Amino acid sequence: MRYAYFPGCSLGSTGIEFGTSNKLVAQKLGLDLWEIPDWNCCGASAAHLTNHTLALALPARNLAIAEKEGLDIAVPCAACFARFKATAEAVKASEETKKKISSIIEMDYEAKGEVLSLLDVIGKKISVEKIKANVAKPLTGMKVVSYYGCLLVRPPKIAQSDDPENPMVMDDLMAALGAEPVDWGYKTECCGASHVVTKPMVGKQMLRDILYNAQANGAEAIATACPLCMLNLDMRQKQINAKWGTNFNIPIYYFTELMALAFGYSFKDVGVPRHFVPAEKLLQDVFSRTGARREGA
Amino acid sequence: MVAAAQHPNIELLSYSEVEEVGGYIGNFEVKIRKKAKYVDYDKCTGCGLCETKCPSKVPSEYDLGLGKRPCIYKPFAQAVPSKPVIDAKNCRKLKTGKCGVCAKLCPTGAVNFEDKDEVITQNFGAIVMATGFDLFEWEKAYGEYGYGKYPDVITGLHFERLSNAAGPTGGRILRPSDGKEPKTVVFIKCVGSRDEAKGKEYCSRACCMYTAKHAHQVIDKIPDSKAYVFYMDVRTPGKAYDEFYNKTLADGAVYLRGRVSRIYKEGDKLICKGEDSLIGKQVSVAADMVVLATAMTPSKESEKIASIVGFGIDKDGWYQEAHPKLRPVETHTGGVFLAGACQGPKDIPDTVSQASGAAVKVCALFSKAEMETDPMVSYVNEEKCSGCAMCVPCCPYKAIELIPKKERAHGKTVERFVANVNTGLCQGCGACTAACRPGAIDLQGFTNNQILEEVDALCL
Repeated sequence: MRYAYFPGCSLGSTGIEFGTSNKLVAQKLGLDLWEIPDWNCCGASAAHLTNHTLALALPARNLAIAEKEGLDIAVPCAACFARFKATAEAVKASEETKKKISSIIEMDYEAKGEVLSLLDVIGKKISVEKIKANVAKPLTGMKVVSYYGCLLVRPPKIAQSDDPENPMVMDDLMAALGAEPVDWGYKTECCGASHVVTKPMVGKQMLRDILYNAQANGAEAIATACPLCMLNLDMRQKQINAKWGTNFNIPIYYFTELMALAFGYSFKDVGVPRHFVPAEKLLQDVFSRTGARREGA
Repeated sequence: MVAAAQHPNIELLSYSEVEEVGGYIGNFEVKIRKKAKYVDYDKCTGCGLCETKCPSKVPSEYDLGLGKRPCIYKPFAQAVPSKPVIDAKNCRKLKTGKCGVCAKLCPTGAVNFEDKDEVITQNFGAIVMATGFDLFEWEKAYGEYGYGKYPDVITGLHFERLSNAAGPTGGRILRPSDGKEPKTVVFIKCVGSRDEAKGKEYCSRACCMYTAKHAHQVIDKIPDSKAYVFYMDVRTPGKAYDEFYNKTLADGAVYLRGRVSRIYKEGDKLICKGEDSLIGKQVSVAADMVVLATAMTPSKESEKIASIVGFGIDKDGWYQEAHPKLRPVETHTGGVFLAGACQGPKDIPDTVSQASGAAVKVCALFSKAEMETDPMVSYVNEEKCSGCAMCVPCCPYKAIELIPKKERAHGKTVERFVANVNTGLCQGCGACTAACRPGAIDLQGFTNNQILEEVDALCL
């Protein structure tokens, strides 16, 4: 199974462990991720607030390179995915847009290939059996809530996820790893994105509510598929605790980190020690619980 | 209902279904399936002893699953006639052959497990449609309200059963999940109504008033309770309606203008996140129970029965009236009238008015020996008619049939078939004139020649 792969800016910087774990998981699952050569920025946030054509042209160049190779495309970052998918849909919908964009990027682009989030590639295109077969260290009994955020599911007509209000792809993946997916109310709420920088009080309050609801429903950890959600949830817990006198200490993981760990890779391989909220202890506990259970059985 | 049942000129055919309708105004021939009741209504006194001892209990349809009913049952307490039927799908005796407790107990020996469906055909002069409505299936559309996974998110109809003294809780408003009395109840209006994206475009009309009533019942029946109503508009056009709404407000219901964007669980509370658009802020209410005012939709299978009887429906599936303002009780099919929510969402007073109107329309029809019809109807030139029958399926009113015609040709008498228009049924739509290949059918007052002359006058 071969896909064009667009890492985007985060996966080499703030979300480096997402990039690392994606590669490890892909390798195990026989998923050939062909990194788009000479890729450029997807334009997220900045471009589509500046110029509509620019916002379509930037992802279109990457998409055109993938199309030339005849590949569908897997996009790990939620923001990149949203821009890629919006571009593909816009080109599909209008012959005029197609011509305009093709002339700007000086390449043909016809939106033939499918644009998928990496979450959907792993969750929908690869069988549960294959994932289960690779699990060496199951996350038995780990209570985890799946956090999809906004751009993987919205706007529904563009994102085309399994369900914009109650997506289950990540929950099902967590169950396949042996974890216990916990139902909660903030699956698709916004993490505040860059509000934490521009309007810290608004952003932090949004994060506090997400963390609170996860904790209230008994979650031990939050799984995410977006580098920005990860950054916000992982990095701000201390500040939130200081502001509201809460006591959050919830480890946040990329879903591929949990997969890679369950597939048997070490914390260091995956990049877990890079997290702000210590994330090794919980997994050590989970693995030792599993071990104990195995010995007991 | 009891008065209707006792009227000498009214015959009730309960637990029966219309299977076929033939004929026309003044002379409908209706095939009716009288479903097996397994109870002989001539013997049954309606004492109800059988219902108390039936060992099989299933969720009650009338209580929307909030309570249970036995398998020999009356659909609801005031049902007419007040006699039970056996639910063959769930009855232990009919399924396994063992049980028969009801038959043993019945003092008049009315239970008959050998009962069979009976199909009868009767003639009627007119038909009044009153198939009512169903509720919009919000569980399939509103993921933000939990797709029905929270038992304490209920519809107005559930609330109606909870607050009813003869209902499953004896009239106490209790949460379905744990039977506790809710202290904070959130009402959400327009769930499925006025929502083109997820539901229906139209306003369901009755919800503003019943929600005001429900909110008032919460405040009235539960001490120290709070009722919050999220609304888009409050529509109270009716006699004493606005006064009622204002009383609900004055008595303490909190009306918030905005939609609820999400309901989720936190502990045993249902958190309703929404917007108060009058203050321009997000609000969140921790509720014990949420009541959704779901849209009215045409009742299931109403489309099927409309095609059996032979009249049209509108884009939303409601029965199409002949004219939205001037003929709201009639259909385009002569002798078929409409009453109540089958024609469009309405409340009780409107339903009663329309039903009374339909009854009088029928009386007016029956009071005359001859029927007046529109003169603009189709007629067949039998000399030209080839008997191809193309016009028959074209007619939406089933007004054309083929009749035999004897004529002399080459010295012999031959019989052939020609089209014949029933002028009582023809509504003058002209579909047959366009379909007629030999040009044998014309519409009186709008003949092909007349129209061609008009075209000539305009164009030449």
